[in-house]
Amino acid sequence: MNPDPRPDLSIPHADLVRKRQRTRAAVLGVILGAFVVLVFAITIAKIKAGMPH
Amino acid sequence: MTVTTLTPTATLPADWRDFFALTKPRVMRSVVFTALCGMLAAPVQLPFVLGFTAILCIALAAGSAGALNQWYESDIDALMKRTAKRPLPAGKMERETALQFGVGLGVFSVLLMGMAIGLLAATLLAASILFYVLVYTVGLKRRTPQNIVIGGAAGAFPPLIGWVAATGSISTLPLLMFAIIFLWTPPHSWALALLIRDDYAKGGVPMLPVVASARTTRWQMLFYAVLMAAAAVSPWALGLAGATYGIIAAVTSAVFVGLTAWVVVQRAATPAEMKAERFLFVYSIGYILAIFATLAIDRLTT
Repeated sequence: MNPDPRPDLSIPHADLVRKRQRTRAAVLGVILGAFVVLVFAITIAKIKAGMPH
Repeated sequence: MTVTTLTPTATLPADWRDFFALTKPRVMRSVVFTALCGMLAAPVQLPFVLGFTAILCIALAAGSAGALNQWYESDIDALMKRTAKRPLPAGKMERETALQFGVGLGVFSVLLMGMAIGLLAATLLAASILFYVLVYTVGLKRRTPQNIVIGGAAGAFPPLIGWVAATGSISTLPLLMFAIIFLWTPPHSWALALLIRDDYAKGGVPMLPVVASARTTRWQMLFYAVLMAAAAVSPWALGLAGATYGIIAAVTSAVFVGLTAWVVVQRAATPAEMKAERFLFVYSIGYILAIFATLAIDRLTT
């Protein structure tokens, strides 16, 4: 018997999808924030070391 | 009309832990360690932030190479017990997602390295990703038992890149560090391949113990172990490292060669009987960590 090809749209499944999306968005947000801080720190370090930007 | 059948798990967005698993964290850990040793062994010390950025880029590049490797090899990973639980064969992630993640991570790491550190370090970083993915994974792994011999160069890049990030140039010592890892890879990988030979055979990967006899594999391991030992003591012999490093490298390398010789005289045919091979595999991990840590400490203190 072939498995049902239609996506599971039940409420528990949709909740799980949203939970995963929220977690991924939060992780991505933290990574982007850390990247901004890193670029700032690199700029300061290069200025202090007298290196070209 | 074509209907694509998805497993229930594949309809879910991948979890962040699946992305992390895609980067091969254990390999990444050893890459970071050897890169850090290469950087610390250099005569020039980078400001902390720039050193951190260089190591971060090397780690991300290793993650990219790991993700692209898993994207390409998901078919054989599904056949092997050791790799069947990875995110792609386990159906936790779409293949396209893994490809996008791997390419994105690789491009990001190379661009950041180029902007923060320099062109040579970024070029070597790009070369290491391309070598691992195109030369080793696509070109060699399924075609030749010499796959890990030539492919070992991919794992040898990190200390070289660490050194170049600090100095902006290549010299003899980082090339010797490259050679040590390059020559260490065959005995290390074949010790594991002897232990999980059947798994590789099931996946159709022509590792040396799959296509040649265990005896041939063991002799080849000894050949590379002797070359590796010579490379390991050469920084001291050439005056690039102190006596402390020389003594530790000579003793630990002699033990490595001795253990490999012990493997050569073994006749064990099943993994359960292969105590010498298992011992050598575990020792080889400790050995490479000890050699690189000693070299970095020796250079920092002299």
